[in-house]
Amino acid sequence: MSASATLKVWRGERPFAGHWQSFDVPFEPGQSVLDGLRWVRANRDPSLAIRFSCINANACKECMLELDGRTVYACTARLEPREMTLAPLSNKPLVRDLVTEIAPPAERLLK
Amino acid sequence: MSRESMHIETDVLIIGSGGAGMYAAIAATRAGAGVMLVDRSLIGRGGATVMAQMTVAAALGCETPDHWSHHYDDTLAAGRGLCDERLAQLLCEAGPDCIREMDAWGVGWARRQGRIAQALAPGHDRPRCVYVDFLNTGPAVSKTLRGVITRAGGIRKAGDLLIVDLVRAGGEVTGAAALHVSSGAGVTIAAKATILATGGLTRLYRRNSASANMGGDGYALALRAGAPLVDMEFVQFFPIGHLAPRLIGMDPIMWDPFRYKLGGRLLNSEGEEFTGRYGVSEGGRYLATRDVATYAIVKEVEAGRGSPYGGAFLSFEHCGEAALREAFGPVIGRLARNNIDLTRMPVEVAPIAHYHMGGIVADERMETELPGLLAAGEAVGGANGANRLSGNAITEALVFGRRAGSSAAQRASQMRSHAFDPRAARGVLDLVTQGPRQGTINTAAMIARLQAVMADDVGPLRTAAKLEQALEAIAEMTRSLGEQPIGDGGAFDLRRVEWFDLRNMLLAARAVTVAARARTESRGAHQREDFPDMQSSWQLNQVAWFGDHGMTLARSGAAAQAAAQ
Repeated sequence: MSASATLKVWRGERPFAGHWQSFDVPFEPGQSVLDGLRWVRANRDPSLAIRFSCINANACKECMLELDGRTVYACTARLEPREMTLAPLSNKPLVRDLVTEIAPPAERLLK
Repeated sequence: MSRESMHIETDVLIIGSGGAGMYAAIAATRAGAGVMLVDRSLIGRGGATVMAQMTVAAALGCETPDHWSHHYDDTLAAGRGLCDERLAQLLCEAGPDCIREMDAWGVGWARRQGRIAQALAPGHDRPRCVYVDFLNTGPAVSKTLRGVITRAGGIRKAGDLLIVDLVRAGGEVTGAAALHVSSGAGVTIAAKATILATGGLTRLYRRNSASANMGGDGYALALRAGAPLVDMEFVQFFPIGHLAPRLIGMDPIMWDPFRYKLGGRLLNSEGEEFTGRYGVSEGGRYLATRDVATYAIVKEVEAGRGSPYGGAFLSFEHCGEAALREAFGPVIGRLARNNIDLTRMPVEVAPIAHYHMGGIVADERMETELPGLLAAGEAVGGANGANRLSGNAITEALVFGRRAGSSAAQRASQMRSHAFDPRAARGVLDLVTQGPRQGTINTAAMIARLQAVMADDVGPLRTAAKLEQALEAIAEMTRSLGEQPIGDGGAFDLRRVEWFDLRNMLLAARAVTVAARARTESRGAHQREDFPDMQSSWQLNQVAWFGDHGMTLARSGAAAQAAAQ
């Protein structure tokens, strides 16, 4: 059997009204957590909300989330063959699932 | 959530906040217009500009004497006879001024002995490309423009705003309708002038070097509004995109600056430098233009001389550690953390979708054929012909952005009132705010499928059979996407966002494939295995329109006129 990673992902639109959902993801050494989340969306559940734009370059700085309680970029955190707990940033307003409102107020439609 | 829609009025609406959009916002504000700058992602973070690693071409002549006409000659030669000469001239002539303005704004161009340093890039007759160390050109350009916008004040900015369609009155563009991604609400925007600064379409391909939001939105918006596109068959593949070993936190085009500074050797599985077999011997230097190098790598792989992952080897082993450290400083440490030691091993590289030469038809004022609609940056077609010269993309973003901003402001100042009619926006607003609809398709999987079709059948080497197959797949996906968006319509509903993305991506993919099928020759980035030679009778541009009869193609240019007589 090939190795897999288990992504335990926070789901929901309100901070105290969500739930955890686990996804088993095929693991290949060298992959990023964002690779795993994109695999989940394409193969298991496209409704999972994540925010990213540059995919791999760590240039857009949009994919910040909390991995096992620590703030990381999903594109530079390595996927590991174990259970990894992914939650939205706890110090930013929640939008949905792993997406938070990270834009400065002056760059939002609704201030 | 609320189903009420929001309405906003502005003089100039700018769609896309990469280099072109931000420079346009600055120029329009300077000219006295009210500006709204929107982006489907965050302001100034997505798009292609922020991803640029190096090389911005401009005839500054700081270190080596230069004149814009030399840059222009190189641009036309790289474009294989198809450049729109007005646009190419504007790019080359105004480039130095924009580069100096960026310098005054503190972008931090690399300097040697107090002068702005310029590197030699393939296809240029002399060192002409400015950059920000290390691998920091794009982030520095984006950050600088964001800073200028903030200091200028008065520019309204809105991220997470996905423009779904342009809104017209009569033959004019009067604004746009949008989905506010983070709330799910519908938004209409009335504008006296609208600028498409949405970048290219690299997201259509499996392996690409730009942001996930470069799915050809602007091309599809223009087509559905009735504006034509030109040169859509010419997709630039960047020949040496990183392939293996797996590398995170780095842009796949990162080897470009290494080659500018150190040359490096591009090798096949037999350890030979092979580009000479395809017309350009490099001998450890960086000389082959992108179309030639892409073709050479794909052909070597086909001949069984590829690297294990299906590309070529790129080696800096002969350069020595001291030279590598001097050229790349902290980047060497980042590579070490990915277990890559360039003094002891080559890496594997392969062509990767990088830039789109084609795009929206625009004149030197950046005005499209629809009054009220302008375009800027990569979204504009024609300046780079059949193959873009290295370093021209950021220059084009800055120059065309600045020009579009001032033209849009001028139009806005001549209009007394908005011509926006809410009734014309009703259809698209109904799409945006449609209630929950489950649907059966996995949007993320369909995007991956379209990317596979484009990479395999509309990639660097094309045949009639592959292009037909791609058109069938695109038509079938278009049918399964349907006419009504899916998803719950709530906050950050990526299924609905991707439904709208696919609506654009499939239309842009169709434009590329139809134009590629029609061009029965090989030229620049468009290589047909069934028509391997360049034909003088094809020294013309193809223009694509979309309407009641689907996608139609027309020809323009000198050869087209000669053929018609």
